[in-house]
Amino acid sequence: MYSTPTCPYCIRAKQFLTENNIVFENYDVSTEHQKAEEMVQKSGQMGVPVLDIEGEIIVGFDKEKIKQALGL
Amino acid sequence: MYDLIIIGAGPAGITAAVYAARKKMDLLVVSKDIGGQAAWSGDIDNYIGYQFITGPELAAKFEEHLRKYAITLKENEEVIELKKTGDIVSVKTNKGAYESKTVIIASGKKSRELDVSGEKEFKNRGLTYCATCDAPLFAGKDVAVIGAGNSALDATIQLLKIARRIFIINIAPQLTGDAIMQEQIEDSKIVTVLNNTQVIAILGDRFVTGVKIRKEGKEEIVFCQGIFVEIGMVTNITFGKDIEKNDFGEIKVNSRNETNIPGIFAAGDVTDVPEKQIIIAAGEGAKVALSAFRYLVQHKFG
Repeated sequence: MYSTPTCPYCIRAKQFLTENNIVFENYDVSTEHQKAEEMVQKSGQMGVPVLDIEGEIIVGFDKEKIKQALGL
Repeated sequence: MYDLIIIGAGPAGITAAVYAARKKMDLLVVSKDIGGQAAWSGDIDNYIGYQFITGPELAAKFEEHLRKYAITLKENEEVIELKKTGDIVSVKTNKGAYESKTVIIASGKKSRELDVSGEKEFKNRGLTYCATCDAPLFAGKDVAVIGAGNSALDATIQLLKIARRIFIINIAPQLTGDAIMQEQIEDSKIVTVLNNTQVIAILGDRFVTGVKIRKEGKEEIVFCQGIFVEIGMVTNITFGKDIEKNDFGEIKVNSRNETNIPGIFAAGDVTDVPEKQIIIAAGEGAKVALSAFRYLVQHKFG
């Protein structure tokens, strides 16, 4: 997950993954500039959060898409 | 047919649902999301019982409380039509159609859009409505904040430590936000305030490259990589044309949360109730559910 610490939807996305026992790596794009660029490259946009679920890029806290990608 | 359909699941809608469930009303909640604007909020220091809580945490608490009851909740669903025929209110959404004896509209508010060319195209490509979310992505960049009220000044203050230069683009002759925030902005060397300035278009290629403005009859371009739109809120209501609203598009309600149409009630930020606060929306949500309950008890359905 590419996120910022202040973004409410990032917090909700993290909550959602944790509740569903999904192990994930989080990059704080407000401090990790290389990761911020990587996120823009991958998603073609600058909004957070961005989730990369085994290659599937999901922009925003889109619960339905996240569920689908994770097979929940 | 339901006793009650609640449109919206922010503080008002969720509180109404909990009250209605406790009155054993047969109810349905239809909402685009859960938590509404509360889920977007940063730090909350004035919701009684929590000396400090973040918006997402409070929204999660609300949701948890809602899910304690067996309430049918249709998430990701938007109402497109609302009509009363005889005693029955019919609600049409992008996914289905429902009928109910009463309806509570608690669909809240969302950020107002600029309505200029390039806005939709560059949304999330440099243009954002959520400074709290996206400000950190503009480290060392030039940005424009559009607006002059508290939310615009708040966005500017968040950006002070992050951006290289900040342009405040304000259509009015002066800033309108709180004096204490204005002072903080005036003291900064990186902020330029452009008053009496209108936004004409958002410019860019793959991402934002600038804003086209009109100032004193002259068109100019402000070059920047980020644009924060903070020009207030509008009500989330495109349905129910017959429901009376005020000049701000807010549904007119009386002290019992009744609209001009019997059986249709409203609560929270979508209404003309003074002051938009989470705790007020929640309180109104309790009140509206009890009003709808009273209507069901007193009204004889043919």
